[in-house]
Amino acid sequence: MMGRSVSFVRRLGASVVDGIWRLGFATRFMVLLLVYSGQSFRRLHLTIREIYFSGVLSLLIIIVSGLFVGMVLGLQGYETLQRFGSGDALGVLVALSLTRELGPVVAGLLFASRAGSAVTAEIGLMKTTEQLKAMDMMAVSPIARVVAPRFWGGVISMPFLAAIFSTMGVVGGWLIGVVFIGVDAGAFWSQMQAAVDFRYDVLNGVIKSVVFGVAVSLIAVFEGYDCTPTAEGVSRAITRTVVSSALAILALDFVLTSFMFRG
Amino acid sequence: MVCLKDVHFAYGERSILKGIDLSVRRGQVVAIMGGSGSGKTTLLRLIGGQLRASQGEVRVAGSDLSRLGRNDLYALRRRMGMLFQFGALFTDMTVYDNVAFPLREHTDLPPEVVRDLVLMKLDAVGLRGAGALMPAELSGGMARRVALARAVALDPMLIMYDEPFAGLDPISLGVVGQLIRRLNDALGASSILVTHDVHESLEIVDYVYFVSDGRIVAAGSPDEIRASTDPFVHQFVHAEIDGPVPFHYPAEPIAQALLGGRG
Repeated sequence: MMGRSVSFVRRLGASVVDGIWRLGFATRFMVLLLVYSGQSFRRLHLTIREIYFSGVLSLLIIIVSGLFVGMVLGLQGYETLQRFGSGDALGVLVALSLTRELGPVVAGLLFASRAGSAVTAEIGLMKTTEQLKAMDMMAVSPIARVVAPRFWGGVISMPFLAAIFSTMGVVGGWLIGVVFIGVDAGAFWSQMQAAVDFRYDVLNGVIKSVVFGVAVSLIAVFEGYDCTPTAEGVSRAITRTVVSSALAILALDFVLTSFMFRG
Repeated sequence: MVCLKDVHFAYGERSILKGIDLSVRRGQVVAIMGGSGSGKTTLLRLIGGQLRASQGEVRVAGSDLSRLGRNDLYALRRRMGMLFQFGALFTDMTVYDNVAFPLREHTDLPPEVVRDLVLMKLDAVGLRGAGALMPAELSGGMARRVALARAVALDPMLIMYDEPFAGLDPISLGVVGQLIRRLNDALGASSILVTHDVHESLEIVDYVYFVSDGRIVAAGSPDEIRASTDPFVHQFVHAEIDGPVPFHYPAEPIAQALLGGRG
């Protein structure tokens, strides 16, 4: 009994120490990332290449998902609104839902699973095959050359992806509401234009997407850089990226929403 | 060129090196040999500044590595080359770009000069025609030769090789061995090989250190090593199962292990 208790306390202590060590490592990593970002921007082609991999190659999934989410919003929204005789307000419902919440959040979740996981896998495999170590031995900082461009590529891509998602969602809502159900096109667009405020709704949505981009990119590059250099280690790191990013997005969304839209 | 004095190193509680004294002069090719887990690769990492000795002094080109900051260490590493066991080629770059990498990172040479230098390095390893291939298209021996060309791209003063002969066919083995010697002499550099391959190494090196259990247990020129009656050297050179180096990892006797559960 005594032995079990000692073993439990020892394991608990080890996990606390491990957690604190990891936190310290993550903080140091973040500081180094910011310090080396200058070097990374001086070689802009590296960041542009990552914008292509993280952003441009995520376009298809973002466009298709945005369209479908908008179409579902159109169907569900009209169904509910018409009970109160407000079917013409469909455009408002679709646009506000997308710009304030669904655009940044769903685009962030998709970005984490499409681009975040790929970034973690790539950095993790570079670590496993000693490419990062080789770079370091060649007096080239892996954080400046590999990590920082991927981080900034993600941060820059994310707001554009969220904006494209929201735009496609509005198109999806219009397609279902106006083209298929027969809501008046003039009412759909004019009510949307009147109700959506650029600073209050659109800009806050953009701020959210930037914050999510920073969170997801940071988690993705850190998990790849910190992974155990084995096949299992990389697979666990990818899982952690997707799970941690999803939780971070949802938690940050609540915090940001509570500050931005308190009424 | 390289001087280690009473160097100790431990991973946590596990002591790896226990008082190593070693020196490599300019122009020398030195082999460090020993069984698996004897601390050879750790020794190489200490010389490369990837690890810091817990006690003792590691000097490279007159600089005490424990006193160097990151920038000074990187300045020193620009004069070092390292061949990793599996090449550690950058998998997203062609063979040409891999060899050009250190030149592009550390010099402002015009592309035409970089091209000429890369072709000369690739020609030295017999792979001038493979510049457009990706690392995934290379055999193990070819990848090792490309990594060798990359390691000497900046004409280093010290070249380190981690198991350069592992997994090579007899032809590649002979070619790589001769390349190591020729490159060292042509550059006027010093080379350190960590290897298990006794016969190939004795053909090309000037001096050999034998490491066992974190200590230097024997040292000498290839002729002295061949003529040695030291039980450790004899066992290693003649690949004998009986001798001071245990083949088996420490464990209870096999009879006890097999019958123990039926007791």
